[in-house]
Amino acid sequence: MNRLLLNKIILVLSTLSAIIGIGFLFWILITLSYKGISALHLSTFTNDLVEGGIRNLLVGQFTMALMASAIAVPIGMFAGIWLREYSNNSKLASVIRNLSDIMMSAPSIVIGVFVFALFVAPFGSYNGFAGIIALTIMMIPIIISTTDNMLSLVPKELREAGIALGGSKHKIIMQIVVKAAKVGITTGVLLSFARIIGETAPLLFTSANNQFFTMDLTGQFPSLTVSIYNLATYPDEASRELAWAASFVLTAIVLLINLTGRYMTRNKK
Amino acid sequence: MGGKLFKNFSFFSATLSFFILIGIFSILFTYAQDSIREFGFDFLGSEIWEADEDDEEIGIFGGYIPVIGTMLSTLIAMVIATPLAMGIAIFLTEIAHKTLVKPVSIAIELLAAIPSIIYGMWGLFYFAPIVQSTFGGQGVGLLTAGIVLAIMIIPFMAAITRDAMNTVPDVLKESAYAMGATKFEVIKDVIMPYSKGGIIGSIILALGRALGETMAVAFLIGSVMAIPSSITDPTTSIPVLLANNFSEAQGLEMSSMYYLALILFVVSFAIISVAKFYFLGKKVK
Repeated sequence: MNRLLLNKIILVLSTLSAIIGIGFLFWILITLSYKGISALHLSTFTNDLVEGGIRNLLVGQFTMALMASAIAVPIGMFAGIWLREYSNNSKLASVIRNLSDIMMSAPSIVIGVFVFALFVAPFGSYNGFAGIIALTIMMIPIIISTTDNMLSLVPKELREAGIALGGSKHKIIMQIVVKAAKVGITTGVLLSFARIIGETAPLLFTSANNQFFTMDLTGQFPSLTVSIYNLATYPDEASRELAWAASFVLTAIVLLINLTGRYMTRNKK
Repeated sequence: MGGKLFKNFSFFSATLSFFILIGIFSILFTYAQDSIREFGFDFLGSEIWEADEDDEEIGIFGGYIPVIGTMLSTLIAMVIATPLAMGIAIFLTEIAHKTLVKPVSIAIELLAAIPSIIYGMWGLFYFAPIVQSTFGGQGVGLLTAGIVLAIMIIPFMAAITRDAMNTVPDVLKESAYAMGATKFEVIKDVIMPYSKGGIIGSIILALGRALGETMAVAFLIGSVMAIPSSITDPTTSIPVLLANNFSEAQGLEMSSMYYLALILFVVSFAIISVAKFYFLGKKVK
């Protein structure tokens, strides 16, 4: 009886943990939607921060995240390709694999400090390029790990068939192996994009923020996340309202990209 | 010809992460030099953080308060998150009906996808008042930061633990059930011992995450340079101090900030390496 009772208690507690986890998800999403939607107006999207909107912030955040992806995706993919297709699982490959895994968990604020020292302090001004570099450093290890894992799922026979057809190694990799892993890698790219577009800490003292619309990457660059941090701590109600609206928009974007990525892989399988 | 270029570029890309890591370490170390030379290891034991008003090259800076604040908020988060994450992993692998596993997993993964600044804002406006009315204090403080930090690392910990638990062969579980073991006994005597490495690894990795978390804690810990005397007291942590004061610091204070960043970087590097090498095993395949 005693052990049966203990069994019941543990099973109930485990189920309860799952309910608590999901409860927090809905609690956060519901309060965010409630606060965010009531603060959203059409003008929120057409005005810049200086006029109480988020147009320049959205453009700025997307510009930085997209440009970071444009650098990080090819570098990360090529690195993954080297690890899986060229390294022959050498000692160096396992060192690089482990270091890249460690970098994936490195505190993002430290990456901000590093980029500040190299790309902000020498120029004496916050700039959009520094923000892009910080996001790129965050994104590269995620892309490496995805590419590495996805290429490992491609059957050896496909590569052998390519060799039998007389293809050169890099043609086989690009036209057969990477093609076969395309869906998995795309999902990984989307998930990592969703992650970096919501980052704040690496941008605080790299791009910093800008109230006005600008595309000039050599100066302070508008950021949605940094603005949320600033607005939420201002005492006036209008700033807080805008912070909620911006948070709602940010979360909606992040979760939508995330779900799109997951949906793609599910369809394929 | 193109093949050679292709190979070389992919090799260059692969080594890049190695150089970035070395770069981070050496930059932090170089810029922290002034502070390291001035304060040495006593930096960790001193609680005074005072800049000189006239001369930026002097002043007394000690990292004790942010270091303690980081450790305590992480500790609170771990104490709360570990049992809950284990429970969720057990629920997903052993209890939930097949039709429930997918939606619950997705919900937990979405919880992990929410940006940390959202946790911070939600925590400040919705969770801090609840903590204040339940435990007293000012709302923001160690406890609030710890609980919200726990919610953030639970999905991460639960996902790795679930994957580890899923590797237990069905034969092992079935033979235990055949001996008349209850579900809890199978979990305790078969699944836990078998997936021990993965479970401990997931806990340590989550610990590494919690140490470096910035934005959520910045909203919730109170950002006060003071030693907390109770669990609801406000204090600060290394990432939060950096987030709020790094860009305005000058001279020796700036160097001390780099020193703190170096400490955080080295500690998380060590923690993550331990988790990877000793518990999660090197991924060969």
